[in-house]
Amino acid sequence: MIKRLNFLGTPSRDKLNLFISIGVFLFVLGIADVILNSFFEINITSILPRLFNYFTPLIFGFIGLHYIRIEFSGNRILDNLNKNINSNWFNAVLSLLIIFVLIQNIPPLLNWLFFDANFVGETKEECTGSGACWIFIKTWFPRFIYGLYPNAEIWRINLTFLMLIALVISGFFVPPKIKKYIIIFLLFIFPFIAINLISGGNFGLEWVETTAWGGLSLTFIISIFALLFCFPIGMFLALGRRSLAPVIRYSSIGFIEFWRGVPLITVLFMASVMMPMFLPDGTYMDKLVRVIIAITLFEAAYMAEVIRGGLQALPRGQYDAGKSLGMGYWRMHLLVILPQALKLVIPGIANTFLALVKDTPLILVVGLLELVGMIDMAKSNPDWLGFATEGYIFAGIVFWIICYSMSRYSQSLERKYKTDR
Amino acid sequence: MSDQIIQMENVNKWFDDFQVLKDINLEVRQKQRIVVCGPSGSGKSTLIRCINRLEEHQKGKIVVDGIELSENTKNIEQVRAEVGMVFQQFNLFPHLSILDNCSLAPIWVKKIPKKQAEEQALKELEKVQILDQAKKFPGQLSGGQQQRAAIARALCMEPKIMLFDEPTSALDPEMIKEVLDAMVNLAKAGMTMIVVTHEMGFAKEVADEVIFMDEGMIVEKAATKEFFANPKSDRTKLFLSQIL
Ligand SMILES: Nc1ncnc2c1ncn2[C@@H]1O[C@H](COP(=O)(O)OP(=O)(O)OP(=O)(O)O)[C@@H](O)[C@H]1O
Ligand SMILES: [Mg+2]
Repeated sequence: MIKRLNFLGTPSRDKLNLFISIGVFLFVLGIADVILNSFFEINITSILPRLFNYFTPLIFGFIGLHYIRIEFSGNRILDNLNKNINSNWFNAVLSLLIIFVLIQNIPPLLNWLFFDANFVGETKEECTGSGACWIFIKTWFPRFIYGLYPNAEIWRINLTFLMLIALVISGFFVPPKIKKYIIIFLLFIFPFIAINLISGGNFGLEWVETTAWGGLSLTFIISIFALLFCFPIGMFLALGRRSLAPVIRYSSIGFIEFWRGVPLITVLFMASVMMPMFLPDGTYMDKLVRVIIAITLFEAAYMAEVIRGGLQALPRGQYDAGKSLGMGYWRMHLLVILPQALKLVIPGIANTFLALVKDTPLILVVGLLELVGMIDMAKSNPDWLGFATEGYIFAGIVFWIICYSMSRYSQSLERKYKTDR
Repeated sequence: MSDQIIQMENVNKWFDDFQVLKDINLEVRQKQRIVVCGPSGSGKSTLIRCINRLEEHQKGKIVVDGIELSENTKNIEQVRAEVGMVFQQFNLFPHLSILDNCSLAPIWVKKIPKKQAEEQALKELEKVQILDQAKKFPGQLSGGQQQRAAIARALCMEPKIMLFDEPTSALDPEMIKEVLDAMVNLAKAGMTMIVVTHEMGFAKEVADEVIFMDEGMIVEKAATKEFFANPKSDRTKLFLSQIL
């Protein structure tokens, strides 16, 4: 069929301009057909039979793309286009379908998100447009970020995270000598400052129950602490699982397999309901602490297996070389084995970290409300019923930004430590 | 005191049921240079790996520089710091530059200040003629350069004994000479060396004694000239006729 339609002959360089004009014309016609159909209710091909008529954009586009598929046309743009989206008829059809789907869906989406959306106002009643009601997000924004933390004390959370950001950023710009101290400070001293500042109770700061903590700041608090602890624990478990001492090996295996075998929800329930029963009488451990411990151990088990994968990948010669230079177990592992193994599994580590961050909303089940939990609460507020979509889109965007930045950072680490092979 | 530095008495070793070393008796004096040869699988690598306890022996006694090798990890680390080893596959640390490869163990095991360790490393790299490669990573070097870097790395620990396990058999022919030259220089400087190799030219040039191993036993052990001029055992004769 294509052959017979092809009364102009095979597209070639000789009649480049002719083919391109016809091809582009048909392609544009196909696109115009879709646009007119979807948004203006005009059907330029209504004279044709119904069944045929439905496929006209595809057919026009297909023939158009066929005409401009000229190899080595000499035109850079055309060559690139052909190579990437129009290399054969199958690719052409796929490209067309994707273009059509985008044309049909992007404008309505943009309308809902921006053009018909409501940005100004304070109450639900001011959401009169047909689009999204961003007033909902705007009004609840402080709650989404700070949870039920008292308004007058919010500066403490702000100060903590500003300090954290300032420290991290300065870490990138100072010379390595000072960087070392910043890292030590961040890992070993800052967490205590942060906790004291946020929970208060001394230095004249008002005590704020952890049940009042919430929103995105809680997401960060849980994620950061869990990440901080699950990494070294995972590393010890990975080494333990390869240890020659049976006691260490079997307890590592038991630990890892236990935590990998139970769902996180169960773990969270156990942490919040059952763990207090096992604690000795009179001792009290905050629910948030218990939950962080639970998430940490849960993710540490996964981290252990990721790191073990890296250890497994190293050739025996590296161990031989380390030993033959007189290094003991710890020196060999810290100087030779772990740096290489960890480098190999950066993608896996990033994966585990991302999973951890995305698992945090589950703490909802034990009554702690981080970002998604707060949105859940807001959307069931009688004054604000019916804005779940806006809320979840907001949560999705926030989580995506967090996770995407982590993923980019891990990629840059990979590039930075690429020295070999 | 005698100048004996390695002493192996009735050493036996098994991998599960398989006996790799059978009643090995060997004495090495200071500054002695010994070449070990023999067919593949005869236990040459295992023999020299037992000397710095990369492999454990199950029976017999090994004493290195007055320290007996046993379960005691302190002893083992002490022996390993005194015995340098060069491997067939180089085994450089790919995440560190050549200079860091060489200074790592002196800094962290011998606790030498970083600056001093690096100076020493540069000196050793110069001796094996790859001073210009110091800042590069192992993956960027040729095989011959990597093996010379590995020799320099071992020498930075100032070992009393150097073990070589087929240092040239993973190399292209044109690179073998540069590595052998480095080893000859080392021999001339008076290092105690045990070298597993099939480079008989090297053996004739530097070895005091040659050992022939087969099936886990030392079949023949003789002064170099004697070994090549008139080997006693038939198996040695056969082996020599095959590789010479
Ligand atoms: N880790 C191990 N586990 C089990 N058997 C082993 C192990 N290492 C070596 N062997 C066996 O021990 C025997 C001696 O090995 P060894 O590596 O010492 O031989 P070799 O003389 O060095 O040989 P080549 O010239 O091929 O290097 C071989 O039969 C080998 O299969
Ligand atoms: Mg061998």
